[in-house]
Amino acid sequence: MSCPGQSSQKMEVSVASRDYMHRLPDTGGSLSRPASFSRRWHIDVPLLTLLILLCGVGLTVLYSASGGETHYVRRQAVFLCIAFVAMFVAANVPLDMYRRWSPWLYVAGCGMLVAVLFVGVGAKGAQRWLEIGGFRFQPSEALKLAVPMSVAAFLHRRTLPPSFITVLGALVIVAIPAALIVRQPDLGTSILIAASGLFALYLAGLSWKMIGGAAVALVASAWPIWQWGLRDYQKQRIMTLFDPDADRLGAGWNIFQSKAAIGSGGVYGKGYMQGTQSQLDFLPESHTDFIIAVLSEEWGMRGALLLLLLYVLIIARGIYISFMAQHVFGRLLAGSITLTFFVYVFVNIGMVTGLLPVVGVPLPLVSHGGTSAITLMAGFGILMAIGTEQRRVTF
Amino acid sequence: MAHDLHLKDPLIEQRLFRNRMLVALAAVVVLLGVLVARFYNLQVVNYDDYRTQSDENRIQVRPVPPTRGLIYDRNGALLADNRPSYTLSIVHERIRDMDGTLELIGRLVQLDDADVKKFHQRLQRRRPFEPVPLRYRLTEEEIARISVNEFRLPGVSVEAELVRYYPQTDLFAHSVGYVGRISERELEDFSEEDVRRYRGTQSIGKVGLEKSYEDVLLGEVGFENVETNARGRVLRVLERQDPQPGSELTLHLDARLQQVASEALGENRGSVVAIDVKTGGVLAFVSKPSFDPNLFVTGISVKDYKALRDSIDVPLFNRAIQGQYPPGSTLKPLMGLGGLAAGVIDRQTKVRDPGWYKLPNDTRLYRDWKRWGHGKKVDLIQALTESCDVYFYDMAHRWNIDGMHDMATRFGLGARTGIDLPVERPGLFPSRAWKRGARGMPWFPGDNLNAVLGQGFVLATPLQLAVMTATIANRGTHYKPQVVMAIDGVEQPPEVLHHIEARPEHWDLIFEGMESVVYDTHGTGKKAGADLDFRVAGKTGTAQVVGIAQGEEYDSEALKERHRDHALFVAFAPVDDPQIAVAVLVENGETGGGVAAPVAREVFFDWLSRPFEDTASVLPGPVQPENGGIRG
Repeated sequence: MSCPGQSSQKMEVSVASRDYMHRLPDTGGSLSRPASFSRRWHIDVPLLTLLILLCGVGLTVLYSASGGETHYVRRQAVFLCIAFVAMFVAANVPLDMYRRWSPWLYVAGCGMLVAVLFVGVGAKGAQRWLEIGGFRFQPSEALKLAVPMSVAAFLHRRTLPPSFITVLGALVIVAIPAALIVRQPDLGTSILIAASGLFALYLAGLSWKMIGGAAVALVASAWPIWQWGLRDYQKQRIMTLFDPDADRLGAGWNIFQSKAAIGSGGVYGKGYMQGTQSQLDFLPESHTDFIIAVLSEEWGMRGALLLLLLYVLIIARGIYISFMAQHVFGRLLAGSITLTFFVYVFVNIGMVTGLLPVVGVPLPLVSHGGTSAITLMAGFGILMAIGTEQRRVTF
Repeated sequence: MAHDLHLKDPLIEQRLFRNRMLVALAAVVVLLGVLVARFYNLQVVNYDDYRTQSDENRIQVRPVPPTRGLIYDRNGALLADNRPSYTLSIVHERIRDMDGTLELIGRLVQLDDADVKKFHQRLQRRRPFEPVPLRYRLTEEEIARISVNEFRLPGVSVEAELVRYYPQTDLFAHSVGYVGRISERELEDFSEEDVRRYRGTQSIGKVGLEKSYEDVLLGEVGFENVETNARGRVLRVLERQDPQPGSELTLHLDARLQQVASEALGENRGSVVAIDVKTGGVLAFVSKPSFDPNLFVTGISVKDYKALRDSIDVPLFNRAIQGQYPPGSTLKPLMGLGGLAAGVIDRQTKVRDPGWYKLPNDTRLYRDWKRWGHGKKVDLIQALTESCDVYFYDMAHRWNIDGMHDMATRFGLGARTGIDLPVERPGLFPSRAWKRGARGMPWFPGDNLNAVLGQGFVLATPLQLAVMTATIANRGTHYKPQVVMAIDGVEQPPEVLHHIEARPEHWDLIFEGMESVVYDTHGTGKKAGADLDFRVAGKTGTAQVVGIAQGEEYDSEALKERHRDHALFVAFAPVDDPQIAVAVLVENGETGGGVAAPVAREVFFDWLSRPFEDTASVLPGPVQPENGGIRG
């Protein structure tokens, strides 16, 4: 059977689809319409609309956060354009190809992580970048997609719920890059990448007994980890969480100021470009990790809830796509990407509002930063590839 | 695997996935609820607290110090001015790395260890977010270098501040005094109210009028709410309550007369005090040597201070109110009046003066200053004219100390005059009670003889002698001496302490005797009246120098010089309608008539004979013409 995206056979397709309409009423409705641009290029229109809205909000807040200067806004706009291109490309790669190529992507990613440990360049005491011909990039970004993809591909071929051996195999896939990234050191990214792999494993049907056992083990190891596993600055960040007022001008400064910014915004906010905390530089990192404090200060709780609503809709669309996916690989990958996206949102907002310790997680698609935007949009491209795959495989 | 026999079942797998996803979805909803609750908690429940916090962040209440009141002489010549000075200050709360910041500043402006040490002391007692001064008196080049590097120096600012400037330099150091930085000790003594009033003000009056009129000169502090950014840079003023400037003082002092009196003293150490007879206003107030009060305003250097403190001439010592000297024969007119009033002597009383006096039943000779005496029949007029000691010995013997003490006290001796300057010394006129208390001894007849000649225990400041003379010139009306004539243009009324009752013919006799001192061929103070077109009445005096402070090494020449008698002269003029009374003291000047009297003459001439328009021409400093014309 031919695919409706192929224009040379347009007439036959419309005739052929009419037969299917009677047999498959729930999937066939859309097939009766002529192939649109979005369908032809595997674009999920609701998701794209939401993403564009989100990026628009992001640029608007970024303009205020950089004090009315266009420098960051222009840079970010360029990044976002590249990111949308990445999304578009990712959406048009056949899903099978992701599945078949994921082991190679994974191996290449881990290889680069090893390379980073030896020849990486870095800043502030961490080696995170590889530099090739003057071009810098962060291999850990690639792993953000490669890890859930590999786990999903690995589980795709196994019977589910996964057996113990299968779980062990998946855990190894997750553990290798996570360990390498911890060494950089970049604990935050490492945890997020591990989480994306574990989400796939969880969605595949990891037994509750194992989950419970892992939770017990985690609680039991909390003390040893605190004692020997964490560095001083990490411990301080956690302590700051519980008592931000203890050291207002030191470690607690960021949280103290971001809470003051958000709280002083109230329900209606101080007005766009009117936030005293952000405009007068009291708020640190206002255009990157702490940008939601700018939004909450200037647009108040109304603005913060509207932004949350945007994220919720994106996540809902992701979950919907995962529900509709026909195969295990797509299903697990879509679920993992969506849940990881939510974790980004939750960790960032939790951190800025003082619920979680300060870890360097940007607010997805709103914080200034190129690499994370590109990775995220590539992820959404994969999501679209999964979302449009169902029709492809229906025939 | 061999035992892994069950096949992949897409439907089961899908259902499994959906269940798992629904659980995850529930978790997502719960966590979203946590975030929403958090926003609600921050932005609604605790809104007021965070609003306050963010306002406290950006809004600071800054004190606006008032400008200190200016001080003018009676003709409007400016004696104390305010000039801008630039200070480098640091807000400690905004500095993350103090040592690094200080090091960087040290490369931009000149900064010595003393500056840094004092800065750290000031840090200890700062108020939160208050700029603490690091370096005063920045040059324009230094200001430029700081502002170019502003971005590297968050929390560092250059602040313009008005500081005191004394355009007449050393001429009024002992009367106007000076301000200095508020010291640790002064700050400890501050009341709550003082702490409020001095917010933003860094200077306080230390000596002279600056100290005694501190409350009036200070003014009332204002406040402004300013919005600052995180680096402490002020962006705008939200609200402002203006400070009220301190009051202006107009003095009785006359800058030109002061200049003349100071020049008349020449290189001598000593003091000249001139008083307006009709009001008690102090017209000239000289203590020499003097010093430049500007040195003290923003903190004197250790080297400069040591030089002033250790100088053998003690320039910081205010001779006019702190120097207590034996008044010597300048007391004779007062004592004569007392003797007349007590009936001990009268106009006809005549005494034989062989050059010495002997008490009955005593072998000790009390010598007259003139070896062979003043003659066989010395009366009061001659005794004043020639300063005959034996006449007064005789009178004192027949009189008593109680009467003398009473008379001296009524003319203001032995007690502070109450002048509006700080740290005045009281001098001393002895009494029986005093001697019993202080020395544990009874009063001897010989003590009478010392007291009447202003020697022995008797001590007086030049100011007291001037007040005494003015009271004689007034025929008994004793005014309290005052330096300040008006505060903010409101005249301070003259204050009469009391009136000394005496018969007019007795005053006439004293006037006649004092006039004769200046005009009689045998008069001891003839130089006081030379070439004047009005009549002067006066009295000379010399005071023996008792001793030199121990433990100081002076070369023999200087030592010899400092063992000479002090020269004194008191006088008033014109005799027919007294306007001005003067007391002159020249340390180690030896003869009152030769050294002190000419100084008085210059003062009289300038005050009573000079053309008024010349006021400005002699002054070293600027003159405010709009205030001119106040002239007593």
